[in-house]
Amino acid sequence: MKLPEIAVIDYGMGNLRSVAKALERAGAKAVVTSDARKVLASSGVVFPGVGAFGPAKKNIDKHGMAESIRGTVAAGKPFLGLCLGFQLLFERSCEDGTHGGFGVIPGEVNRFGYSGASRRLKVPHMGWNRVFLKNRDGSRMFKGIPDKTYFYFVHSYYGVPSDKSWVSGVTEYGKWFCSAVEKENVWACQFHPEKSSANGLKILKNFVNEVKKC
Amino acid sequence: MLALRIIPCLDVDKGRVVKGTKFLNLRDAGDPVAVAKRYNSEGADEVVFLDITASSSKRPIMLDVVKKTAEEVFIPLTVGGGLRTIDDIRQMLRAGADKVSLNTSAVLNPGLVRQAGKMFGSQCIVVAIDAKKDPRRYDWKVYTHGGRKETKLSAVEWAKKAERLGAGEILLTSMDADGTKNGYDTELTKAVSDAVKIPVIASGGAGRPEHFRDAYRAGASAVLAASLFHYKELAIENLKKYLKKTKVPVRI
Repeated sequence: MKLPEIAVIDYGMGNLRSVAKALERAGAKAVVTSDARKVLASSGVVFPGVGAFGPAKKNIDKHGMAESIRGTVAAGKPFLGLCLGFQLLFERSCEDGTHGGFGVIPGEVNRFGYSGASRRLKVPHMGWNRVFLKNRDGSRMFKGIPDKTYFYFVHSYYGVPSDKSWVSGVTEYGKWFCSAVEKENVWACQFHPEKSSANGLKILKNFVNEVKKC
Repeated sequence: MLALRIIPCLDVDKGRVVKGTKFLNLRDAGDPVAVAKRYNSEGADEVVFLDITASSSKRPIMLDVVKKTAEEVFIPLTVGGGLRTIDDIRQMLRAGADKVSLNTSAVLNPGLVRQAGKMFGSQCIVVAIDAKKDPRRYDWKVYTHGGRKETKLSAVEWAKKAERLGAGEILLTSMDADGTKNGYDTELTKAVSDAVKIPVIASGGAGRPEHFRDAYRAGASAVLAASLFHYKELAIENLKKYLKKTKVPVRI
């Protein structure tokens, strides 16, 4: 059987090798690309990224990627945002000034406040934390994954959806924040499934299965 | 709640895992890819590779090890040892390392930390500090070159500076405790952890499960050990069971 082809959007923000390798492990053919046409032609799209919001948005525009991202989402094709790729889906971020995002998810991105009162609340929020599922039975993204499973996070900012119907998972770090969203063809998470061992790979497998259905 | 990260460290020399007392009595202990895979299945939260190969002409061997590991192990991988330039760092990250650890090169060239943080993101820049108690006062001195060279820097002050420069994490090794198996230097861990907002990895001295708990209580976000895990004196699974019982959050 032909493997489903998934485009991994490369816009110069971080190493995408581990994302591609994890997708391959999950049963897909991963195409790391900065070519907007290739993104539009693929059966599914992964939008990864680490680094800062502003420069990322600039790079995406430079690569002419914005339309292919919006186009993929609008066409109903499976779309998975990871970490910064999740944050960029919001309307705006306050990281180093105010920057506009893609506005796929209504809401904004805020920074964790360092709480000196509790030495535990270091920024960045780095390490393994639990994801509490909002819709355990209905979630396709978290299918086969137990509630309160640990995933690997590295971030200083977090997205706040103003429409709560997007939220599929929440995590506690000083406060509760939205760690995963899922709405129709758009899935995204703040944590790194490609670095979250077996349960992370399961999310990617669930995504690959969505792509196969299309 | 964020879990305490348990991190096995592998010393790698010319592509093989070795373990000895610092740079002496190196014993061959296997293929790093296989060992990293084993740690992943045993529940390690991250893995650190420390490249102790003396000759930089052998660097491609390490890049190859990192590449192969990243294809098979899906937990975060930090690589340190001998990285001196932005290009060294870029190559390591491209090969599949999630973070790089800078030690001597950061002390000699603090601008490297700043530049690397800007270029690749603070989250992937770890500043490793080898510290030894200064008997003359209540302080710890920073040592470089694998602990062979004393500097004028105070460990606490250098950690604060590293944070300002853009490090995302501090890997803090107590040279006094290292190899003793009498426990982490919790005073040092606490002093540095209290001084910075970024996470601190405690390293050096782990011998028993309660040492990990003590490091956590002192403020460590993560704990590193090498030979203890390597020679199976303590299994990661059993360590995590113990920590859970003593109310330390761990990923099980």
